[in-house]
Amino acid sequence: MIRIENLTKYYGSFRALDQINFQVQDGEILGFLGPNGAGKTTTMQIMTSYLAPSEGNIFVDDYNVIEDSFEIRNNLGYLPEHNPLYEDMIVYDFLKFVAKMRKIDDNLIKDRIKEVIEVCGLKRVIHREIGVLSKGYKQRVGLAQAIIHDPSILILDEPTSGLDPNQIAEIRELIKTLGKKKTVLISSHILQEIQATADRMVIINEGKIAADGTLDELMAKFRGDTLLEMELKNADEKKLESISEIDNKIKIVEIDDSKEGAKLKLEYPNTIDPREEIFEFAVNNEWKILEMSRSRTSLEDVFRKLTVEQGGSNEN
Amino acid sequence: MKTNIGLIYKKEFSSFFNSAVAYITLIVFLLLAGWFSMNTFFLINQSDLRQLFSVIPIIYLAFIPALTMNLIAEEKNDGTMEFLTTLPVSDADIVVGKFLASMALIGIALLFTFTQFFTVLIIGNNVDIGALLCGYIGLLLLGGVYSAIGLFASSITDNQIVAFIVSFLIIAIFFILDKILMFVPGFLSTIFQYMSTGYHFESISRGVIDSRNIIYFASIITFFLLLSIRVLEMRKWR
Repeated sequence: MIRIENLTKYYGSFRALDQINFQVQDGEILGFLGPNGAGKTTTMQIMTSYLAPSEGNIFVDDYNVIEDSFEIRNNLGYLPEHNPLYEDMIVYDFLKFVAKMRKIDDNLIKDRIKEVIEVCGLKRVIHREIGVLSKGYKQRVGLAQAIIHDPSILILDEPTSGLDPNQIAEIRELIKTLGKKKTVLISSHILQEIQATADRMVIINEGKIAADGTLDELMAKFRGDTLLEMELKNADEKKLESISEIDNKIKIVEIDDSKEGAKLKLEYPNTIDPREEIFEFAVNNEWKILEMSRSRTSLEDVFRKLTVEQGGSNEN
Repeated sequence: MKTNIGLIYKKEFSSFFNSAVAYITLIVFLLLAGWFSMNTFFLINQSDLRQLFSVIPIIYLAFIPALTMNLIAEEKNDGTMEFLTTLPVSDADIVVGKFLASMALIGIALLFTFTQFFTVLIIGNNVDIGALLCGYIGLLLLGGVYSAIGLFASSITDNQIVAFIVSFLIIAIFFILDKILMFVPGFLSTIFQYMSTGYHFESISRGVIDSRNIIYFASIITFFLLLSIRVLEMRKWR
């Protein structure tokens, strides 16, 4: 089990992580979801001992990253963001290099390489230079190096970014297969990615945990909200914002008045139904309602709400 | 735990030859060393390699920064440093492995000057082989000092050009210290002389291997390697 406890990280005076707490159970695939700059990569870099935490710690079983960095690194496979590889090396030599660095017994190295070639589908490119491979194949090489020592924990930072749809599907399938036997932590800024692969998700935003639970749990938790989409004519943004004065439970999710008809997304709990008041409000302001439709909050909206609400995202 | 120095060394050494770096720098090195040492060899008419031993430290000024500039800076720029340091390997192993790879290439460069060595051996009279070998040992140690400096310069940046310039500057300072003695006040000149690489190299290449010189070279190498390791560890500052 991986326990992240009160993890805080400063880059200079910028606080990239702020008191993060969550756990990854043995054998589960945990999706780590958040917009760019939310702190996903930083968390993973601390977990893999590339960086050290400013405060807090990460525990893997009985080890922690501050004191037992070697033991933790030994038992963990890591695919960094952008998948850096030695481009001038032959795939086979590269895997052999990693296997040796990982202290795999010399007699076993061949078998291990054979196995990861099999699992990751690298047979066709095994004698080619890494630099000339397609992005999809490079990603497979990155995965192969991460699993060559058969670690029990696999950390994948944005493993499908930059791939085409077919490659994404293949890599996802591969991750699912690997996840049957291993604890996997996979990060992404794309919800579908996490939905497609993970059992449970942790949503992070601006260095803080925004939500933590299985897909169903998160849905249940936020399902209480209704989403109202409207299109209005003759409305201006300033005035539109005052619509939330009707009832303080109404939240404005999105305003777009760039076109002639302003688009407005509102959210309110199921316990109230302010549609009539909204209509009156619009009439009083001489707005013309072109469209008004009600729907339940989708997970995508939950994610957006959790991550956009606090105002933009910071690149680090 | 078994160290990974050997593996890092092997990877680094073969990557010299995977890219054109090794070939180009070796060829330029040998051309310059050959031209400037043998140019006057037959005019001076002496059975030694003094010319070679005085020209190589100058060629080193550019040769070694060119060799070492990419060792760490390139890995930082490509992001492979993140991959490498998250393997179970210590930062010290990485630095020492890379240092040894650079030393090996310098060793090869020096080996290829065997043509001069054998020329003297064959056509010279009363050749002092001991002094020649001492000269080579001195060149190797000097290369070690410059490599350690180059490695340090490469560790502080992810830009190879910056690494080249920084290592050139630091090496130039060490190189020039004993050549400006007449411009510095007396109490400083002994310090300057002792700190300069040239002073220690010359006393070795005269054929005397003194422990003081060895200690000097070893401590400068150690100093810059430790500094490089510290710089790598800086990413782990809280």
